[in-house]
Amino acid sequence: MTGFLAVIGRDLRLAMRVGGDALTLVLFFVMVGVIVPFAIGPDSVTLSRLAPGIVWIAAFLSMLLGLDRLFRTDEEDGSLLLFRHAALPLEAIVFAKMAAHWLLTALPLIVASPLLAILLSMDVATWGRTVLSLLLGTPGLVALGTIGAAVTVSLRRGGLIAPVLILPLSIPVLIFGAGAIASGSAEGISNAALLFLAAISLVAMALAPFAAALALRLAED
Amino acid sequence: MNLFAPLPPRTLVLEALAGKRGEKLLFSGLDLRVGPGEIAELRGANGIGKTTLLMIVAGVVHPAAGRFAIEGGDPEGRPETDIGYLAHRSAIKPRLSVAENLTFWGAINGGGGIAVEDALETVGLAPIAALDAGHLSAGQTRRLALARLLLADRPLWLMDEPTSALDAQGEALVATLIDAHLDRGGLVLAATHHDLGLTHAAHTVRLSRPVEVEA
Repeated sequence: MTGFLAVIGRDLRLAMRVGGDALTLVLFFVMVGVIVPFAIGPDSVTLSRLAPGIVWIAAFLSMLLGLDRLFRTDEEDGSLLLFRHAALPLEAIVFAKMAAHWLLTALPLIVASPLLAILLSMDVATWGRTVLSLLLGTPGLVALGTIGAAVTVSLRRGGLIAPVLILPLSIPVLIFGAGAIASGSAEGISNAALLFLAAISLVAMALAPFAAALALRLAED
Repeated sequence: MNLFAPLPPRTLVLEALAGKRGEKLLFSGLDLRVGPGEIAELRGANGIGKTTLLMIVAGVVHPAAGRFAIEGGDPEGRPETDIGYLAHRSAIKPRLSVAENLTFWGAINGGGGIAVEDALETVGLAPIAALDAGHLSAGQTRRLALARLLLADRPLWLMDEPTSALDAQGEALVATLIDAHLDRGGLVLAATHHDLGLTHAAHTVRLSRPVEVEA
């Protein structure tokens, strides 16, 4: 457990010191919210109808943008090589890095979501459901992204390939995520969407460490 | 410091091992046996496959033919946790302090070795423990990487040019550390270009290009 927490602590500390990265993603997320009213007009009825989809598109894209840094620096400085010999299994290290990545890329978006709610004229109840769906859905996105990042880590220009690779896999997260907040849908339907979202995230989180660790082991060969 | 407590006995066995990088066959038919307290030095020209051999034993690259094993370990266990690898790349994070870098590796490699402060003392980095590792010179970074080997009890050390970038004192330090490791019953596989100045006698393994048969 100390080793597991050490990995999370190291990644958080590195991100805080290097700075900028997490902020860039939040900025991107908020910027989407800022420009949408200009692009489709300030009509608050239209905006609030489109808001769930827009929030999820913004979250989705900004999380894809941040994927590359998950394993890249560890690959470059040789840490990934030494992770194989750690007493903590590589799968556990990957899971810890995944958790740290969620804290660094998804949590800031959720914290920034009230800003988006105001810009897109969401009411409080819709915003509450947005936060809930982001909380349930983003771990799944991170988990799928972890697999993508691990598969492309040995490619020099893997930065864009990982998002393209996992895009089709993460469409269900987007569908159920936006479905869970959509204001038109009945209570039962949005609850079912939330449950689906939770299920997808749980399955993805359970499988991702093993798939990603396997990809990392094969990466150097 | 428990630099003298005996290490679990392991034997590294290579049988008819061949290695290739990309499509190029680097060496083949390599037989080697390194027991507790023994060191094998890999010699040969640049690009002959010394690093590749180390990577094969480290489990990073698959051998092109033959087999290798670390014998004597728990058959249920993970043999890779017997390995301490001093690689080309330092695996040191420039934005973490010297002590933070070591503490992290100590935490995920499991204990058994000496404490972080003692390891830094041993390699001569104790006065700058709080400094960002990014400010270290190449030689100091190498010393930090050496200190990582001392944190966990790993019987098999794989060392890729252990003295590169080190000053005369540093080279003496490497020799002292390797001698102490061998005294404890550890084994070492080291790629090097010059004599390490050990008190122990080393097996020398000369790698040379296999004769290529024209089709």
